[in-house]
Amino acid sequence: MSGKIYLYPIWIRLWHAFNAILIILLIISGVSMQYTNPDNPFIRFDIAVSMHNICGITLTANYAFFLIGTFFTPNGKYYKLTLKGLTSRLIKQFTYYTFGIFKHEKPPFPVTKDSKFNPLQQFTYVIAMFVLVPIVIITGWALLYPEYTLTKVFGASGLTLTDFVHVIIGFFVSFFMFIHVYFCTIGATFVSNFRSMITGFHESH
Amino acid sequence: MTLLFTRYFRKVSIAFILPFFLVSMISVSLNAQNKPKDETIKFNEKCLQCHGQSKYKYLNPESGSEVTKRMYLETIINRTEYYDSNHKTFKCTDCHSADYDTFPHPGRLRMESKYACIDCHGGDETYAKFKFEEIETEFQSSVHATKHSEDFNCWMCHDPHTYKINVRSEEKIKDIVAYDNAICLNCHADITKYQMLTDKVNPNILKKHDWLPNQALHFKSVRCIECHARTNDSILVAHNVQPKEKAVRRCVECHSTNSILMASLYKYKVQEERSKAGFYNGVIMNEGYVIGANRNYYLGLISLIMFGCVAFGIAIHATLRIIKRKK
Repeated sequence: MSGKIYLYPIWIRLWHAFNAILIILLIISGVSMQYTNPDNPFIRFDIAVSMHNICGITLTANYAFFLIGTFFTPNGKYYKLTLKGLTSRLIKQFTYYTFGIFKHEKPPFPVTKDSKFNPLQQFTYVIAMFVLVPIVIITGWALLYPEYTLTKVFGASGLTLTDFVHVIIGFFVSFFMFIHVYFCTIGATFVSNFRSMITGFHESH
Repeated sequence: MTLLFTRYFRKVSIAFILPFFLVSMISVSLNAQNKPKDETIKFNEKCLQCHGQSKYKYLNPESGSEVTKRMYLETIINRTEYYDSNHKTFKCTDCHSADYDTFPHPGRLRMESKYACIDCHGGDETYAKFKFEEIETEFQSSVHATKHSEDFNCWMCHDPHTYKINVRSEEKIKDIVAYDNAICLNCHADITKYQMLTDKVNPNILKKHDWLPNQALHFKSVRCIECHARTNDSILVAHNVQPKEKAVRRCVECHSTNSILMASLYKYKVQEERSKAGFYNGVIMNEGYVIGANRNYYLGLISLIMFGCVAFGIAIHATLRIIKRKK
């Protein structure tokens, strides 16, 4: 059953590499700004602000590139969620990760040319790429141009609300990234999935 | 039934309307105390008939004709501004000589010395809480006092005919900022007024602050003195304006949980209001938002716990994978 399938064309690999670098820089600069400490700055505040702004703008362009690629190439099909039976498929994959994997069972949804993601992957990627990332991008731009942001929302400061949404969703994105990197170690070998994102070939078990 | 209802209605009316009526009466009487008396307005009008506008008229006894002259700009008093200012209840002669009632004014009155704030407000129990003595000391150490001669006095910034206290009021922070910054810009953005005190060329404020990100937003949200004056714990508004080299330039001075804004711009609000539960510098959030200064303790704690749980879960999963790996 072991073999190599070409799953990741060059544009996806480039987008993914940029996305990874930008999100890491955004998390680092974002955390540094949020927890500023004059005596012991992680990254100097003004540098962190510039870094966050530049990376955020670049991430928006990169996200637009991803959207175009997803809607105008066959890559989009991997993100089409089939709601029927989704819960049972999610439970099946979850059970595999929590029990089956330790018993060396075969993955319930092996990677094929037509099905790049397992149900859990597909679900979290759709949430991350079509819900979380757009929210951080929109709120991020609103914070970049605070003079155009709603000043009051139901009596509360609109800027405060925007920032809280940005920070909370940003936290979930970093959360996603943390788990995503760990799950990438679950492949044919510990590093095979990381290698796939460079070579483009998926290595099966 | 009707009688019962009428009695009940009366009780409710007394319980609700009476306190409202009393409060209204008290507020009316307080407002009355703070308004200029009619006789004061009438008295002041004798001066303001000339000093209240840009032109004044008088009868020349030599020629017998009426002469129209322009009033010197600095001696024009705007009635609306005056009767809205802190000193609105004063008669002109409370501060100026009563001899001004003759025209032409006697020449010796030119030598009349002007009062400084401390002359009336110093050593007075009523004004003790404003700490005018301390303000005077702080002003004397400021760059305004040390780099200029006695030309620079309180009136330069606080014209007693128009000055209106605003930081202790319920006004919005943005309005306070606009009012206070206008005081600085009155000279610093006006070359003519600036050069009345110095031969230097007035630096372009916008260019000098080029380094400041979101410059327009900063100018609208904080006062010049936040960065340019040294804060003092015992007085509300810092008066010790520093040389430009000593201005605050580090973003984190404001953008951190230990934000200096709490000791400057938001000092009065901090004294008056309780901060919002769990928020660092929560009082700022009523009207603005400062990155790094306004984070929530509980949100930080929850995210830390969630991250801890995930890290723990991953560690367990990874350990089990290593233990159970194929040999």
